[in-house]
Amino acid sequence: MEHSKRFERRAERAINRDSFIREWPETGLVIFNSPSDPDPGIRVNGGRITAMDGRPEAEFDMLDRFIARRAIDPAVAEEAMRLDSLAIARMLVDFHVPRAEAIRVVSGLTPAKIVQVVDKLNVVEMMMALQKMRARRTPSNQAHVTNKKENPALLAADAAEAVERGFSELETTVGISRYAPLNALAILIGSQTGRGSALTQCAVEESLGLRLAFLGLTTYAETLSVYGTEQAFRDGDDTPWSKAFLASAYASRGIKVRFTSGSGSEALMGHSEGKSMLYLETRCLMAIKGAGSQGVQNGSISCIALPESLPGGVRGVLAENLIAALLDLELASGNDAMASHSDIRKASKLMLQFLPGTDFIFSGYSSMPREDNLFGGGNFDAEDLDDYNVLQRDMLVDGGVRPVSAPEAAAVRRRAAHAVQAVFDELGLPPISDAEVEAAVAARASGDMPDRDMVADLAAVEEFLRLGRNGLDVIRALARRGFADIAEKILAVQRLRISGDYLQTSAVALPNGQVRSAVNDPNDYAGPGTGYHLSPERLAEISAIPQALEPAEIGIVDGSASRPWLRECHDACPGTDSSEIVIALGPAFGSALGATLLGLPHRDVLAALTGGIRAEGMRPRVVKIYATSDCGFIGHAGAQLSGSGVSIGIQSKGTTVIHRRDLQPLDNLELFPQAPNLTLESYRVIGRNAAKYAKGEPVLPVPTQIDNMARLKYIVKTTILHLRETEQVRKDKPAQEVQFA
Amino acid sequence: MPEYPLSQHAPDRLKTPSGIPFSEITLEAVMAGRLSMEDLRVTAEALELQAQVASEAGRPQLAENLRRAAELVDVPSERILEVYDALRPGRATPEKLARLAEAMEREYGAVRCAALIREAAG
Repeated sequence: MEHSKRFERRAERAINRDSFIREWPETGLVIFNSPSDPDPGIRVNGGRITAMDGRPEAEFDMLDRFIARRAIDPAVAEEAMRLDSLAIARMLVDFHVPRAEAIRVVSGLTPAKIVQVVDKLNVVEMMMALQKMRARRTPSNQAHVTNKKENPALLAADAAEAVERGFSELETTVGISRYAPLNALAILIGSQTGRGSALTQCAVEESLGLRLAFLGLTTYAETLSVYGTEQAFRDGDDTPWSKAFLASAYASRGIKVRFTSGSGSEALMGHSEGKSMLYLETRCLMAIKGAGSQGVQNGSISCIALPESLPGGVRGVLAENLIAALLDLELASGNDAMASHSDIRKASKLMLQFLPGTDFIFSGYSSMPREDNLFGGGNFDAEDLDDYNVLQRDMLVDGGVRPVSAPEAAAVRRRAAHAVQAVFDELGLPPISDAEVEAAVAARASGDMPDRDMVADLAAVEEFLRLGRNGLDVIRALARRGFADIAEKILAVQRLRISGDYLQTSAVALPNGQVRSAVNDPNDYAGPGTGYHLSPERLAEISAIPQALEPAEIGIVDGSASRPWLRECHDACPGTDSSEIVIALGPAFGSALGATLLGLPHRDVLAALTGGIRAEGMRPRVVKIYATSDCGFIGHAGAQLSGSGVSIGIQSKGTTVIHRRDLQPLDNLELFPQAPNLTLESYRVIGRNAAKYAKGEPVLPVPTQIDNMARLKYIVKTTILHLRETEQVRKDKPAQEVQFA
Repeated sequence: MPEYPLSQHAPDRLKTPSGIPFSEITLEAVMAGRLSMEDLRVTAEALELQAQVASEAGRPQLAENLRRAAELVDVPSERILEVYDALRPGRATPEKLARLAEAMEREYGAVRCAALIREAAG
């Protein structure tokens, strides 16, 4: 095999730890258009669908039967199915076609037709369609909150920080399922501690999940999984009817539910029937629609690496998100499981949901470090939060998150940990120590937490359930121990169960007990100037990342700290001494500014230059140029004054040139444009070289490093220092003779 | 159509299953022991209002789900889990499902749930 070091290096890159395969349609390892996918078609007789996608009613499988009966509007079907797929695809992208009209047309389409329509779109068109078709106008986000030690103080602190950061829903789960009530309790308290409010859920087995919700320890559920073939559905131990009934059961207790689906699950379970992932996912989504769910989390979810191994996999995942929106379902759009080893690939994939916006961009952003994520990853985690905030700020896109400073985070973390400590105490649960509270405030991950007595915790859970402890006990405990504000907010969320307001599509809870959903915040996108816009407050919020500096404060010289060391004597005249090398300073050098870009004090820089000149037996003479702040012109002006004709021009930020009287202003003997690469030793060598040029000796140019990151790192400071120098320019002021100590 | 959100625009139409008005669900009432967890549940009336909201918003399936839910408000949890279980694959014969549907209809007037169960039976 040919040997190439470049190929070797690329082979080591993160992207090449991902798996890639060719399509294999017979096993369902194909995104769109498997040869086994049916052609679209429908027959309606007397308001009843009697054939669909090439199958007569007598041959319907379980999903066909459910979809034909409950998901397709027979009154629209014949009209909609007659439309050309390309024409429908254009309707989705065309903002002159109202969202409601697109929804109406799609309500009459079969699964095969929907797939055919969406396959007409490229990813940009899909994003445009998603921007128009998502249900809620304001995008939001969901966070995962778990930790390996199931530490309640850390769970509460992480929940509180996640809500402070703007997440609208929190999902926890358990390593040991018996911990579920305590984990649910901890995030319930944390979720209402900060300035926000969030709905909470605990992903556990179905009946335990229902029980936690009945007890008021959780407020929504997301675990109702659906599959696109009959056999996969059966392996999931459900039917569309059992899931539909379960959805009603949750709603009967006033609990919000969304279903879960995602491409790839059928192939993974070995039951794809040779159908494409997107065709099967569309069947899932239509079953979900037929079951009367307000929404779904999809986007391949935990199977994500499987579609991503195939051509068009990431596009397919966006397509399934879009189809959920076309079916008018709340969309929590995945991005929750590890999708790649490559940061480039992960971030690129995210853009497909982040840019158009979805009801929940992540159906689980890992609010803690990945190692503590019990959902198996988290495509983005706590350590990526600054990146995420910058992406929002860069593109002025609302990703549902806000920047939070370290002190703000510590404050809500401490309060949440104290609150859960008090509730544990009040309810007779094993104590949470003050040390545990403080550890939870500062912890990076559960490894920083003291170990708890797990035997005691688990015994306490059993007692907790036996006594029938519930949300009201938590509210009372909080109020008794000085956390009435948290108690009020938890009660406000519980009140939602009486109004049922958050059972409507795409509902999120607001801190004042109100609800924002697709009903009172419907997506009204109809082209530029419509739809969701960042409010001035939200714009300010996402712009104000804590690491953003005040530009006016950069490079300010604290005048009180040092006495002036440069003294201007008089107007400078042309010199006559042929051993004289002029050092021409920029107008802010040693006065308005005190140090170079790299932070070298001007005084030391000047000493290095003069030292270098003297070492060659020449005489330095220092002048200050006021007419310009440009390095070439400063050097040029200096050269006109120099007895030897050679000068060194230096800007305050440290950029330096060696000039000679006979050269054009922007020409030079040597130029050192990258000030960050210049050390005091470099300045000394520059001084020596200038002297050698004047003596007519051969000169070895000053060695300079190439640092391609220097511009990236210093461009802001460069701009501001240059701005300050330019402020000192006095066009008509002659160069000044300078003395320095 | 009822004005949504109900909690904001029509709180007077909301109450707990035990008849406590929405406005009286306060921290003070919780502390005084006037509320139990059983009170913090949606009523069939509120679910019907929400079904109307969903229907008006063009979401007939969601409305249907909320109306099925309204039928289940007074059905005990154990009974709900029993029906759920019977609907899972391979659990119940069509005859058993037919009997369950009939019972839901007779005991709770749950005609929509009964229709769902019958449809599942094939």
